[in-house]
Amino acid sequence: MEESLLLDTVERYNNGEMSAQELFHFEEMRKNNAEFDQMVVEHLFFIQDLEKYADFKRLKNRLNEIEDQLSVEGAISKSPLTGKSKLIYLWGKHKRTVAVAATIAIIVSISCFLIVSIFSNNKQNNIRPLVEKLKEQDVKYKKLENQIGKLKRANDLQAPIEKPRLESKFRATGFMIDVDNNYIITNAHVLNEVKNQLIVENNKGEQYLAESVYVNPDNDLAIIKITDRDFKKIPALPFSIKKTDADLGEQVFLLGYPKQEIVYGEGYISAQNGYQLDTIFCQLSTLANEGNSGSPVINKNGELVGVVSSKEANSEGVVYAIKSSNIYNAINEMRKIKENENIRITSKPILRKTDRVTQIKKVQDYVFMIKGN
Amino acid sequence: MNNNGQDKILLEGLARQNKESIELIYKANYKMIQNLILNNKGTIDDAADIFQESMIVLYEKALNPDFILTCQLKTFIYSVCKRLWLKKLQQQQRFLSQTDDFNQVVSVDEDLDLYKKRQASFDIMEHAMAKIGEPCKSLLEAYYIERKHMQEIASEFSYTNADNAKTQKYKCLVRLKKLFFAEYKNLK
Repeated sequence: MEESLLLDTVERYNNGEMSAQELFHFEEMRKNNAEFDQMVVEHLFFIQDLEKYADFKRLKNRLNEIEDQLSVEGAISKSPLTGKSKLIYLWGKHKRTVAVAATIAIIVSISCFLIVSIFSNNKQNNIRPLVEKLKEQDVKYKKLENQIGKLKRANDLQAPIEKPRLESKFRATGFMIDVDNNYIITNAHVLNEVKNQLIVENNKGEQYLAESVYVNPDNDLAIIKITDRDFKKIPALPFSIKKTDADLGEQVFLLGYPKQEIVYGEGYISAQNGYQLDTIFCQLSTLANEGNSGSPVINKNGELVGVVSSKEANSEGVVYAIKSSNIYNAINEMRKIKENENIRITSKPILRKTDRVTQIKKVQDYVFMIKGN
Repeated sequence: MNNNGQDKILLEGLARQNKESIELIYKANYKMIQNLILNNKGTIDDAADIFQESMIVLYEKALNPDFILTCQLKTFIYSVCKRLWLKKLQQQQRFLSQTDDFNQVVSVDEDLDLYKKRQASFDIMEHAMAKIGEPCKSLLEAYYIERKHMQEIASEFSYTNADNAKTQKYKCLVRLKKLFFAEYKNLK
């Protein structure tokens, strides 16, 4: 029996959701098939542990909630309020003001929402995110490629044993911003494609598992972390991340994965705001294709000035990139939400006076394919 | 005994994770525990942690339909907290001051052993959950902890329908199970 089917069955059994007939068959099967029974026992153990754990978590949440509330009311005392409880404390203090403000906000947001939704409908049609969905044939081709690779390796005993390649359903780009803790920046819309595994692949085709840490659809940025133990640290970041906007007309280049190998592209900043004057983005005149989402945009001084996000669907050569200053906002926000994540950008900018070819050589090791299934 | 009758109602409430009951238990006992901890080298935060732990011990007991409280609720909570704090201090190589203790204490070692065991298995599940990654973690939490309906989960996680969400849930569950048993073996 398939594993997930068995889990479903055992879960219904555990919850007493089986019909009398089904229950009878189930019990019969357990009696007559020791192997099956063994599996059921194992699954039951797991399901019951999970239920208990969930129950315990619910209790903990409830206790925290009550503690916070009581400490706001002054019924119990707690040490200087932090995080959530502080919010509740402030809420208690300013309830009325907040309520009035909220009413106003609701009225305002209704009127804004109408305008925004019309625009964003347009956006859907006119702007295309640049994630490449891999077709079935591609996947099959990959498999074939893997098998050939295996055969080759079997012939060549010297070759090290490699990890099996992970299948992926899409491809986009991302780049490293913290080499100490392996954080990578990509687009939020890229992560929408991930249903199971998130995979990071370098220019050599080596794959590593990653985890999404922070996703913000508003500025379309996401931070992911390579969690794979096999990942070997790479040297300090050769580019710095610019805190101010790039200048109009500034020459830039980008590196990304519109195909299964790294592709170089160049262009210039053609407008300082994005689609419909969205201030989060700037506009580039360059060519970008599916797979370029998340590509770093770098100026001639070797400073990162943007992250490619989408392109105009109706006119060729109009590409939108998220301004690099948003990366700092994203990091700050992430630090607030995820207190135990430790992220730090330390770069040793060495690209300032080097020629383009050297710049590309240095930067490409920091640009990764973002894949997933 | 009026007091015992009331304690019984509170315990039944706790077993249902009823908010009002838990609030009443907090209001009636929290200060006493805080004093105990503060007078014995602890901080306000230690007091909050210890009290919460005692609530979990009590919850475990309250869940058992055969459980009868043989002493006052107050005494039980005090005994559990004192024992827990004593252990914490011993771990830190510090000791409880031998001075005042006018409160009655009952033996709670058995309850605490059970609690410790339970905590260990929670840790295993917590580790497995932490390793599983998104969207599985959020999905499983939404279903098992927040007890959301599949329909709700489907729209929240933008699956086309509840059936798809359910399929995904079982895929995640299979992964969690693997991680769980891997962790389990690691610890054994």
